[in-house]
Amino acid sequence: MIEKALAGNNRYWTWMVFLLSIMGIGAICYTQQFAYGLGYTGMSRDVSWGLYISQFTFLVGVAAGGLMVVLPYYLHNFKAFGRVTILGEFMAIAAVAMCLLFILADLGQPMRALNVILHPTPNSMLFWDMIVLNGYLFLNVLVGWVVLHSEFKGVHYPAWVKPFIYLSIPWAISIHTVTAFLYCGLPGRHFWLTAILAPRFLASAFASGPSLLLLIALIIKRVSKFDVGNEAIQKLITIIGYAAIINFFFIGLEFFVAYYSNIPGHKHTLDYLFWGIDGFDNLVPFMRLSVILQIVSVAILLIPATRNNEKTVMLGCGLLFLGLWIDKGLGLVLGGFVPNPLEYITEYYPSLGEIAITLGVWATGFFILTILYKIAVSVKLESES
Amino acid sequence: MNVKRRDFLKIAGVSAIAGIGIPSALNMLLKGEAKATAEAEHQAAPAAHGGGHEAASTAVQLGMVINVKKFGEIKGLAEKCIEACHTTHNVPEFNNPKDAVKWVWIEDFEHLFTQQNRFAEHNALPFLTLCNHCANPPCVRACPTQATFKAPNGNVIMDYHRCIGCRFCMAACPYGARSFNWRDPREKDAGGNLKFIKKLNLDYPTRMRGVVEKCNFCAERVDKNLPPACVEACGDTKALIFGNLNDSNSEIAQVLKTTFTSQRKQELGTKPSLFYII
Repeated sequence: MIEKALAGNNRYWTWMVFLLSIMGIGAICYTQQFAYGLGYTGMSRDVSWGLYISQFTFLVGVAAGGLMVVLPYYLHNFKAFGRVTILGEFMAIAAVAMCLLFILADLGQPMRALNVILHPTPNSMLFWDMIVLNGYLFLNVLVGWVVLHSEFKGVHYPAWVKPFIYLSIPWAISIHTVTAFLYCGLPGRHFWLTAILAPRFLASAFASGPSLLLLIALIIKRVSKFDVGNEAIQKLITIIGYAAIINFFFIGLEFFVAYYSNIPGHKHTLDYLFWGIDGFDNLVPFMRLSVILQIVSVAILLIPATRNNEKTVMLGCGLLFLGLWIDKGLGLVLGGFVPNPLEYITEYYPSLGEIAITLGVWATGFFILTILYKIAVSVKLESES
Repeated sequence: MNVKRRDFLKIAGVSAIAGIGIPSALNMLLKGEAKATAEAEHQAAPAAHGGGHEAASTAVQLGMVINVKKFGEIKGLAEKCIEACHTTHNVPEFNNPKDAVKWVWIEDFEHLFTQQNRFAEHNALPFLTLCNHCANPPCVRACPTQATFKAPNGNVIMDYHRCIGCRFCMAACPYGARSFNWRDPREKDAGGNLKFIKKLNLDYPTRMRGVVEKCNFCAERVDKNLPPACVEACGDTKALIFGNLNDSNSEIAQVLKTTFTSQRKQELGTKPSLFYII
């Protein structure tokens, strides 16, 4: 099947070369970081996690978002998702690959990464995160490939793969729950110390993952003959809309608890993120934009006139994805470090090289995604014709 | 076939329940016993960690009383402690806050005791700030490789050779006590001299870049029955009192019994082993 990725038109090759060049720039910057140390980035003693870990956290959500197509299709036999499910599984593969790369990029001693396995430590949430992420990668590679290959051969997928499909459903929940546990189990970081963090992560994941999926599905429809079908599109829009509203509701709950209880520690980070503290406000425009983007995009996805127009649906999905990326891929991780445990404020500005490495990892993810989608679309079109 | 499968599932189910249930039941029993003995042994200084309802978890827990009044009276004493610590442990000086590595440093009252009322007189005092060597350390819980761990004497220490530099411990520490080597502390200038370490102490290792470090309560000195470098720097002033919190005859336990002290962020349940006399 892999040969399907080696045949494509000019546009396909231009896109791949574009991604490869960004990956190349990222790789060069990474060698510099590797030689100098993590001081190459904008991280500091006070903000000790930066873009890498925040992207990792966001992308775990994108990976888990694939659940929103897998579950209706396999568990509820929702036939309309027949064409989009493989896209969800393959998106999860690309997203988890990015997650693992971001963790590697963030390690001070990457050559020692295997110490996590050599000295297994069940009381560390990072240990469990390693298990669930690699497990989820394995499940999606296995299920996605076997099901697609069966279609390629023109047969129904074998029965032995069913248990793995069913296992992948709770597993998707687990990856984002454990990722939330990385944060919400830490004493003294009030912004993260909230039992609603895991549900909030899941709600945002079930909006951001499918919105990227739908956006890409609609782009594929424009550049090839592959159409996931109107019923699938409308159902996905409904899922995205509700998940986004639930996520927004959860954010509102955080605001209520912080400001009604009036406990300083609970308010500090929200103050910093949305209003700024003592003139430190570099995330304020982003966070406010995120709120506006979420409201506007949900409106676009729920109003009948715009949800039935593919162009506005693409716009809505794009805006929502961007809004949720700011919320979780920037504010949540970076904000949690401000103010620091001694209530000093240190702001974080990523370095240029750090941004290049980050873009390089994203490009790698899209490179993997493009190859997998090219294969999936070619096989689907061939088997259906 | 169906009957056979049913039987198989029954057996499998029963063995699964037994497999999960019996060891955990045994565990509960054993733990219950262990807890009872621990409680009997550690009635010595129940209030040492700010609350008598829980038994201390280790037999020895080294701790420190920091008499901030003394540091206020004796000018330059706090700086002397920092100097002693940082030269003993080859702590690099990068001279910028972004790369900063600190084992012990001076803070003011309001940043150390963030939840308390501000009293102008307190803010003039130099508060020594270092790792709290918690009896229940969140950093040790978070570390995915056991590179940071609790020694038998209660010290929270680092294995610099095992640390992968994930900095989870830095996010977990509620006291901001941990530093990361953002760049190579062993870097040399053109003349071959160390750029960031003024005086190299060959009795303690320098670190490589990409690992976390912090105050180790002078584990290497305590093992040789020497007091920590900062305590030694204080001489006979009694500004710092160091010893086993769980030994009711120790000097530190006596001081804690008779003097009002404060701990940082006690409400988080970390059981810090530093006590401030303000």
